[in-house]
Order: sequence, then structure tokens, then C-alpha cells
Amino acid sequence: MEYELIGQNLVIHLPEELDHHSCQTLPQDTEQCLERYRVTRIVLDFSGVSFMDSTGIGLLLGRYKRMRELGGDVALYGAGRRIRKLIRMSGMEKLAQVCETEADALKR
Amino acid sequence: MREEQSEKMTLTMESHSRNEAFARAVVAAFAARLDPTLEELEDIRTAVSEAVTNAVVHGYREQPGEIRLEAEIQGRTLRLAIQDWGVGIADVEKAREPLFTTCPQGERSGMGFSFMEAFMDRLQVSSFPGKGTRVEMEKRLGAGEGYGEG
Repeated sequence: MEYELIGQNLVIHLPEELDHHSCQTLPQDTEQCLERYRVTRIVLDFSGVSFMDSTGIGLLLGRYKRMRELGGDVALYGAGRRIRKLIRMSGMEKLAQVCETEADALKR
Repeated sequence: MREEQSEKMTLTMESHSRNEAFARAVVAAFAARLDPTLEELEDIRTAVSEAVTNAVVHGYREQPGEIRLEAEIQGRTLRLAIQDWGVGIADVEKAREPLFTTCPQGERSGMGFSFMEAFMDRLQVSSFPGKGTRVEMEKRLGAGEGYGEG
């Protein structure tokens, strides 16, 4: 898991196997970044994710709620067919702007 | 036709979160004998991940415990059972509702059982508070695709 700050975007590069185990520290790590920097958008990078379960949905929901509190939003990019299907099945597609590339997902 | 043939495996593991990936990999390797499509394999991996994660997070509340995974192939049907001896579920019907979660931090989506139900052909959950939970799932592979021998 890598965190990158691009302008006011916090880009989170998600792990190849996105599950409860691999994402255990994500909430606290993200919170630290939000406390330290001015972030108006969280950008979730799914381009390296080959497996995801409902943990990914919880992660999206959690970040959406947090950014809404802060007056910001969430975008994602690089999600393959399977991941988009899981997001759609959960009714979460409206919580984040779904983009193809990182450049599209960043707030300028 | 070899419908009557049955193969079984049992895996016992600790309720450590790193075993979520391990359980998925084991079941995927076992199910590979049925030559599943990529999508079927993804469905199975997701369902196993949900059940084992439930045992780790909810059944044992991330405390030490034992999880037993049973798998059986009969004909073109894969049957799975994931058992824990943790806290159990007070109201199984409620737990199976989409988006229902007992997680106070809001980091769980409440979609675990919904995914298991959507990706497998059958899901049965038996649970007793204080005794544990057993999740049984079944999926018929190659359904409607006219699989032949060779």
C-alpha cells in the first residue's frame, strides 16, 4: 500500500489482493494523512488490484463518509470489470467518481 | 458421466487474517480440478474470502481461534463449509440483509453474505450464539455451458 499526495489529492495505491488482512492499517494511515495535509479528494487506485472482496466496498464507503464530513469527495480509477461489478452490486457506484486513468481522477 | 465420484478435503487453520488469502488459494487450487472459468473461480474465491473473514472478524473478533474449511467435489458441483467456534450470530436473517453490519467503525460494508449468496448457487448459515457459525455453500460449475469430456 502506498500513499501519494498530488496537490490536494490523496492517492491510495491499493494492494494486489485487497482483503481485510491487506487493508487493516488503511483507515488509520489515511486518517494520519488527512490530519497532516490539506486533502480535498481521496483517489483510490485499483489498477494493481487483482482480487477484491467486500472489504473493498467497506473501504470505499468509509472513505466516502469521511470525505463528506470534510467537504471533499472520492474518485477511483483502474478498476477492472470484476471490481466495477462488485461496486455496482453493492449500490456504491454513486459514492465515487469512476475514472479510467489517474489523470482523469485527480482534482485540479 | 462421473456424477457419483466425490473428492473431499479438509483444512484447519488459525483465525489469523493472513489465512483469508490462504483459504482462497487452497479452495481455488482444489476447484481447479473442475476446470472452472475465470469468472467461476473469482466467484468462489470471493465467497470463501467473505466466509473466512467473517469467522476472523466477527466469529472470533480477531482473537485466536480455529477455522475449519471443508470442500467437496461431486460431479461438477463444489460444496464448501466454513466453520468457526466463535461468538455466533444472534439473528442470522438480519445478518444476511445487504449492508447490515455490526462493525462500529463503519469499515465493513455489510455485503459479505450478499456476495456469498450472489456468487454461489446455494448458501446456508447455521449459527448458535456462544457456540459458533457454520456456512455451507454450493456451486455448480459450467452450468448451462454444455461441458463435455475432454
